[in-house]
Amino acid sequence: MKGSITILCFFSVGLFFGYSKVLPDFLIKNDYSSYALYFLMFLVGIGVGTDTKAFEVLKGFNFKIILIPLTTIVGTALGISLIFLFIPNLSFREAQAVGAGYGYYSLSSIIITETYSKTLGVIALLSNVMREIITLLLAPLMVTFFGKIAPVCSGGATSMDTTLPIITSVSGKEFAIISLFHGIVLTILVPFIVSLVIAL
Amino acid sequence: MLIVIAVMAIGIVIGYFLRHKALLIKINNKFTMWAIYLLLFVLGVSIGANETIMKNLPILGLKALTITFGGVVGSIFLAWFTYTKFFKNKEQE
Repeated sequence: MKGSITILCFFSVGLFFGYSKVLPDFLIKNDYSSYALYFLMFLVGIGVGTDTKAFEVLKGFNFKIILIPLTTIVGTALGISLIFLFIPNLSFREAQAVGAGYGYYSLSSIIITETYSKTLGVIALLSNVMREIITLLLAPLMVTFFGKIAPVCSGGATSMDTTLPIITSVSGKEFAIISLFHGIVLTILVPFIVSLVIAL
Repeated sequence: MLIVIAVMAIGIVIGYFLRHKALLIKINNKFTMWAIYLLLFVLGVSIGANETIMKNLPILGLKALTITFGGVVGSIFLAWFTYTKFFKNKEQE
């Protein structure tokens, strides 16, 4: 999730190229992109396997810390279950798959695009970018009204990098490790939960 | 769909055995980043070329915002519950 602006730039430049139709047809009709996704997931897997940070953070920490990522997963699912009724032409499963990105927009939108549909992929991209932005903007209010864990859960997978500074400043330094752990756990879980929900 | 999970699981196992190879980790991170850039660029191209999606972009944005709203509100309400029930009192002790 590092370099969110870079990622959005690549997407926007692609959008422009596609819209202006300057690229040859064979580049647009890309059937090989699902192989690119498998390759990416393999790389992401290696990244997770070599990353021992999550275990290190866990060491010497109360196991209660697991409740926090769980809170985010259940809370997101509950909130979306209530609100999806107000969204026309969107199934329960589609809404949940978008929500299961937990702010990890790059990977969740790619998975949804390749395994389900482009339209839902775009919704996932936008929705998860918004989750990050809303957390950055409203973190101070969240702490005031909902306690110190609220911005962590709102930040979702981004609580390990992009929203970590704001979380530490509004919730306190003692929440840095909690926030980091929470983000790492969700980052690892996103590909699993998104592909499972969309395959239901 | 399940291929995605299978491929990632294989990657995790291989990665676990290679977890002490610092150079490989570095190269892997670089490749991952560029793979993400490339795929999002490709996603951008195919969406830009898709007139139906481009025309509906504001509606898609509104749908996205509604889902985000639901997810965030659900998360912070439950976070408030988790905090007051399991963390707040302990912190004061």
